[in-house]
Amino acid sequence: MNNGAWEPVIGLEMHVELDTQTKMFCGCAVTKGDAPNVHTCPVCLAHPGALPVVNRRAVEYAARIALALDCTVQARNIFHRKNYFYPDLPKAYQISQYDEPLATDGSFEYWVDGELLRCRINRVHMEEDAAKLIHAGGDAGRIAGSDSSMVDFNRGGTPLIEIVTEPDIPSPEAAREFLQQLRNLVVELGVSECNMEEGQIRWDANISVRPQGSEELGTRTELKNMNSFRYLQQALDAEIPRQIGVLEAGGTIDLETLHFDPDTGTTTPLRSKEEAHDYRYFPEPDLVPLEIDPVWVEGLRATQPELPAARVERFIADYGLSRADAGVLGSSGALAGFYEEVVAAGAGAKPAANWTMGEYLAHLNAAGLEAGHGHVTAERLARLVKLVEDGTVSTSAAKEVFARMIEDRAEPEATIEKHGLGQISDTAELEAIVAEVVAANPAQVEQYRGGKQQVIGFFVGQVMKASGGRANPQVVNDLLRRALDA
Amino acid sequence: MNSDRRRAIERGTGDAPLRGLDPLRLTARDAKRLLVDGEISSAELTKVYLDQIAAVESKVRAYILHTPDNAAKYSTKVDREMQAMRGPLAGLPIAVKDNMVTEGVTTTCASKMLHNYQPVYTATAVRQVWEDHVVMLGKTNLDEFAMGSSTENSAYQVTANPWDLSTVPGGSSGGSAAAVAAGEALWALGSDTGGSIRQPAALCGIVGMKPTYGAVSRYGLIAFASSLDQIGPLTRSVYDCALLLQHLVGHDPRDATSVELPEPVALPTAERLDGLRVGVPSEYLAVGIEPGVRARFDETLARIEELGGACVEISLPHTEYALPAYYIIAPAEASANLARFDGVRYGYRCADPVDLLDLYERTRGEGFGPEVKRRIMIGTYALSAGYYDAYYGRAQKVRTLVRRDFDEAFAGVDLIASPTTPTVAFKAGSRTSDPLAMYMSDICTIPANLAGLPALSIPCGLSDGLPVGFQLIGPAFSENRLLEAAHALEGAIGFDTAPTFRGARRERDANGWRADWPAPPGPITFSPEDAQS
Amino acid sequence: MISEDDVRYVAKLARLRIEQDEATRMTGELAKILAHIDKMSELDLAAVPPTAHVLDVVNVTREDKERPSLPREEALRNAPAVSDECFRVPRMG
Repeated sequence: MNNGAWEPVIGLEMHVELDTQTKMFCGCAVTKGDAPNVHTCPVCLAHPGALPVVNRRAVEYAARIALALDCTVQARNIFHRKNYFYPDLPKAYQISQYDEPLATDGSFEYWVDGELLRCRINRVHMEEDAAKLIHAGGDAGRIAGSDSSMVDFNRGGTPLIEIVTEPDIPSPEAAREFLQQLRNLVVELGVSECNMEEGQIRWDANISVRPQGSEELGTRTELKNMNSFRYLQQALDAEIPRQIGVLEAGGTIDLETLHFDPDTGTTTPLRSKEEAHDYRYFPEPDLVPLEIDPVWVEGLRATQPELPAARVERFIADYGLSRADAGVLGSSGALAGFYEEVVAAGAGAKPAANWTMGEYLAHLNAAGLEAGHGHVTAERLARLVKLVEDGTVSTSAAKEVFARMIEDRAEPEATIEKHGLGQISDTAELEAIVAEVVAANPAQVEQYRGGKQQVIGFFVGQVMKASGGRANPQVVNDLLRRALDA
Repeated sequence: MNSDRRRAIERGTGDAPLRGLDPLRLTARDAKRLLVDGEISSAELTKVYLDQIAAVESKVRAYILHTPDNAAKYSTKVDREMQAMRGPLAGLPIAVKDNMVTEGVTTTCASKMLHNYQPVYTATAVRQVWEDHVVMLGKTNLDEFAMGSSTENSAYQVTANPWDLSTVPGGSSGGSAAAVAAGEALWALGSDTGGSIRQPAALCGIVGMKPTYGAVSRYGLIAFASSLDQIGPLTRSVYDCALLLQHLVGHDPRDATSVELPEPVALPTAERLDGLRVGVPSEYLAVGIEPGVRARFDETLARIEELGGACVEISLPHTEYALPAYYIIAPAEASANLARFDGVRYGYRCADPVDLLDLYERTRGEGFGPEVKRRIMIGTYALSAGYYDAYYGRAQKVRTLVRRDFDEAFAGVDLIASPTTPTVAFKAGSRTSDPLAMYMSDICTIPANLAGLPALSIPCGLSDGLPVGFQLIGPAFSENRLLEAAHALEGAIGFDTAPTFRGARRERDANGWRADWPAPPGPITFSPEDAQS
Repeated sequence: MISEDDVRYVAKLARLRIEQDEATRMTGELAKILAHIDKMSELDLAAVPPTAHVLDVVNVTREDKERPSLPREEALRNAPAVSDECFRVPRMG
């Protein structure tokens, strides 16, 4: 996108539900899809007299996220009450963290078009999720027009992590990549499945624009509670030109919350509330401070799974991959795992990388599948790679073999056999094709013989085409020279 | 025969003549001995209180809710299963302040907001005594959500002080204090946020104790100010106070702010105070202590010296700032604690709300009484944007200074003594129109809450025929020291006067509100044995 | 000095419906109480740390272990309005 003399500045606030067994402050199960109001208790229904007690696994999971984002886990952190009334918030305050959060000052590196970008992380803190509201009457479960709403407290009190970035993200594409790669990270930590449809990961985006090179931040607008990467990018793609337009017309940006309408592709302000938010934070008196033992933190650090950034470095070092290739293969655990299986099954590291990033990834995208769940196993892909290396099948024919392996869910050898896709190195068979090609192109023969040697490439292409891509290029080359030089 | 017991048996009031037991004087210690010796059954003992309730409750109105049928039934069960249900408290009747949730028994917190609330669980402190097979007589009146010092803020009824029915019993645990003083309960549970156990105990001539913050679980205590609230006993003697406290304390996994006491609560035996250094803060005597109260206080200090203790003047220099700090911290916490009463999941809901905002505003506007609203307003204001630092932030710092005052004082003395209240029981209606005058009732009790310290009040005589309370404050977790000293002092004081139910009840005065609000519905079921599974 | 507008704003924040005469009366009462509370400003508190909690206790947590939840009928038992096994609230407006 060309923004002329302006540059966008984007910051994100992500909320991630943790996959603990129980809720943040009570022993009710964290589940999905159960009948309404079967996982509640006096605590998560906010009955009079009930008190919260912190789930220590949620603290561990939150600390794991914080460490993965290179944050400093604070030696002492406390909970605050954030006060506001809403039916999905039974206490009418959310237990959250405020000025003494779990962790601060981190960073996250992510890849955008082969370029490594770094985003500072302001903080990671713990809180509890709201309950689920179901809007009745009106249309399609929307608030507008509904007569009443139903509250299901099953989700209420699920442990929630908030990750707040600094405004370091330079473009809508980068915002999307940041979120996708951050989601991969959290999934790999094993602390949340980050299921998008269930809303296990959601985010708010803050967006402002400023003149290129300016250090000052412009007034921002906020896009709240999104859970689609595509809509995020579309919304930002719409909001940035809108802000630029307003500023260039001499107007000012209002600090406001916007709604993105995917149907029209535009952002519009949400009806502004009568009162500004005044959350009246104060320290939660029902909980005592958490003092985090540095030894415990080091223990967590030592048992973190391998994270994408480290894996990218390892791929460069161990497999001799370019940084860009290592970035693509290493940033998602599932894809990285698949690639390493292909290599382990005997394929060369570089061709394995090309095949995994090329045909295999294209297949996943086309079929909408996760890495490792495609219709070609790592072991079969490795065999195909080896068949190319030993000349059994040409590189170009191998692509067709791959496609047919998917169709037939078949072994590479059987596919080559069945569809006759093996490489032709048989001199007699190829000589016939060469003769035909030479005979059919007298003008090019003339050129070649007149000294324009590079026309050989044209003849090779024609022979390959005539052989359905199966001709062994080296043999073809030899035969052509013999025929033309004669 | 123990002299207390002889007195108790000989001086029957006639209202409750069973075997001559005098519910106005009987202690739990003696009742327990009679039960263990087989001289009386739990059912008979319970009947003493049910009869006394029948005789005087119309004058006192200490209870919001009576559970007589269940009390009779359960006491009979205790008698029948005495072997299995043997325990230090088995069969002893108790009254419970109606801000502790009790499964199966409507719990109102003296608010219209909870007029129909059926708890789905039981407060830990109540469950612990239920598991010891106490017999619950009912739920006692209080100031709505425990906000008040006279029990006049109850949405349901005014409780009268049995010493003079035209005066208040104090508050907010006024129902519990009046019930014990009137012989309508052997003992009772109360809660203390700024003096709500000690002040009514003082005005009703009984013993009341606020333990160290954290000693008793708050799980199931309907929160007023979470960092200040503590449950504690209201009893007729210091020994009883220790006995009941033994069964209330302990870390509760459901209350992150509850802690195990460093040593178990011991039943006090001391008769002397040799070597005990008692500090008397001059600031507490400068707050308009009325002469009769001051006289009894000075006499009690003399008794301390007679028992071998030493009284020294000390200074707690930030005392005058404690009340302002308290009246920010408590309302601030309350404003959040009471936000959950929104008409969605339980309790009162306004009629025909047109939308969500209307539901919230009318439910809360109609469901809360004026004092509760006033405190929610103060608390919300103190936390709101632009005012936090000036009010809440400052109050938290004052709290630090109040704590430091005590730390420094306890470097030189073992306990601190003061009058529990500046005055004896005041006339009903005399302070309802002046919130600040009402707040002043707690001026001597509030600092211990801010500092989280244990404190108790014992009766130390009468002034104008009304009881005067003597307060002792100890360092954190010094419950045993406090109880021993109070026990020795109690013996020396020999307070042995019973209320006479003189004077006439005053119903809610012209400033009163919602006098027409009906009494809450009775309990649907109540079977403490169910709670023991 | 607290104003009647402040009182109305705070009542809104606290979701308390107060009538006009109540707002006027409350403004007077709160002003009087706050005047008393303002006594705190006599103190120099710059160097004093705040006390949020008197307990000297940290790290009270629980194991991530499921405990029985309430049966739904118990959860809904006190609800003023119920539909479809849920708590019902009027339209959000």
